[in-house]
Amino acid sequence: MRRSSESETGSPGIGTRLAVPDDVAFARHLEVGYPGRTVWTDANFRIRRGEFVAVIGPNGAGKTTLFRLLLGMIRSTDGELRVFGGPPRRGNPKIGYVPQTHLVDRDTNVEAVQLVRLGFAGNRWLPNLTPSQFRAERAATEEALTSVGALEIARKPLGALSGGELQRIFLAEALAPGPELLLLDEPLANLDLRRARELVDLVHRLVRSRNVATLLVAHDINPLIRHLDKVIYIANGHVATGLPQDVLTTESLTELYGVPVEVLRDSRGNLVIVGGDDVHPDPGA
Amino acid sequence: MSDWSWVWWNWNLVGDLREMLQYEFIRNLFAAGTIIAVLGGVVSYLVVLRRSSFASHALGHIGFSGAAGAVVFAVNPFYGLLLATTVSGGGIAVLGKRAAQRDVEIGTILAFMLGLGLLFLAFYQGYASEAYSILFGQVVGIDNAQVVLTFETAIPVLIVLGLVYRQLLFASLDEEVAEAKGMHTMLLGLIFMLALAVAISIAVTVIGVLLIFALTVTPAAVAVRLAKRPLYAVVLSVLVALFATWAGIFIGFYEIEPTSFFIVTIVFAIYVIVRALPPLSRLRVRLAAARGSGSRARLPSGVPVRADRPDDSPHPPADSETG
Repeated sequence: MRRSSESETGSPGIGTRLAVPDDVAFARHLEVGYPGRTVWTDANFRIRRGEFVAVIGPNGAGKTTLFRLLLGMIRSTDGELRVFGGPPRRGNPKIGYVPQTHLVDRDTNVEAVQLVRLGFAGNRWLPNLTPSQFRAERAATEEALTSVGALEIARKPLGALSGGELQRIFLAEALAPGPELLLLDEPLANLDLRRARELVDLVHRLVRSRNVATLLVAHDINPLIRHLDKVIYIANGHVATGLPQDVLTTESLTELYGVPVEVLRDSRGNLVIVGGDDVHPDPGA
Repeated sequence: MSDWSWVWWNWNLVGDLREMLQYEFIRNLFAAGTIIAVLGGVVSYLVVLRRSSFASHALGHIGFSGAAGAVVFAVNPFYGLLLATTVSGGGIAVLGKRAAQRDVEIGTILAFMLGLGLLFLAFYQGYASEAYSILFGQVVGIDNAQVVLTFETAIPVLIVLGLVYRQLLFASLDEEVAEAKGMHTMLLGLIFMLALAVAISIAVTVIGVLLIFALTVTPAAVAVRLAKRPLYAVVLSVLVALFATWAGIFIGFYEIEPTSFFIVTIVFAIYVIVRALPPLSRLRVRLAAARGSGSRARLPSGVPVRADRPDDSPHPPADSETG
């Protein structure tokens, strides 16, 4: 990976953490808040192409806020954030996004493939007019549906899909335009453990085969831990970033939460985090 | 043709139609009804997709107050309608899509606006027939100028809807992602609400505010049950609205009952039939299965069936490891 010269970022050098052109996202001393309330401060992370990153933390810690920052939907209050080498901007075509509260009407009779089509070119104004537009849309839609294994359910009405099937359709919708960064907000919520693991395996395959950097917000690290390249742990107004084995330790999480926290490990490698503001029970227990 | 033939129809429909079209008011009614049905059919799909049927109901009633106010000030009621519906529709849109689904707030404003409409009617002396025609549609009162006005209002709206069709569809189906993609969802919501306001305003002249649902909700309620593709659903919705409007005008010409009644009844009949279809087909499948022909052969065509998926193998290893 090529390192840039310090002058390229234009910021006076602390030296060690500067944005390089290969970075998908880069944050330094990043702070975000709303009037009267700071959500978190001093976030430092670097996400490179094709990395699989989990964003973990208790409810309300500001995980979705991080996504909204990267999407350019809100502004940071301090620090530096670069997305694909530039400031974050709304509607960046390189970012695919699957929100947590996907407000798809459960009664809707619209077939799933239509959502994927709109994911490919729904931000265009006119309907498809030329044969090449039709072809491009069809090819991208089919490719995205195939890659998430959802070709068989593509003609089903959205309202008739199960939670896991819906998540795969949403993934295809986000993948259709060929993003380089994928933001998945709580895709594992409402899935049972087996479906959650299946989805994580699928996302992992997509990350590797498409070399698409992926940030996945989750409550529980355990279904993810085998595949992760990096963890962003948000709690108590602070953000810890690094390799899973470095972040998910008693010492690092105690520092993050500011109160004693203990990380326990069972015989199969599942983690239980005890203390802090919340407790992560072993999901299988 | 003898002089009594026009009051009763025979089964020579072409002859009937030719007979009818000799009357200018019927020609006007067909012309206005056609453009109303086209715009109503398109807009109604968006109403159903965005779950804004109460907003559409409210806009019709608010339009009534606008029309009543216009009558008091001796202005064409259509302008009062258009003003009231576009202003309140714009207001609802600016408050956001979720606000358009919020029935309590809309209902509160609606009640007040209706009260205002009543006040306007009290000011106006000969209100009975005027109010009646706004509430239930004026069948014979559409003159050439009104038809031209209807077209002038509806055509630009249809063009705009065609231009923003894709974005509007996306924003209606998946607002959060549309917003993250940089689309102006509020502007799109505003375009939708203004289109709805215009559709309601022009439809009132034929069908009246109380029966407005027949052209702004029901056609799409039928269409979404039959078509899974948005484009097909829109086309179907327009066809349903057109059929009901034409047939309603046709029957209304020969019968003494009001045309709007026939339009509403035809749309409703189509809806009932479509609602009844799935239970009937389920029954048929069950009967077929009972006869031993089996329903397994009834797989929808074109669906690739994956043979390699070990569907029948149990999955205990995957989840037992954490148990």
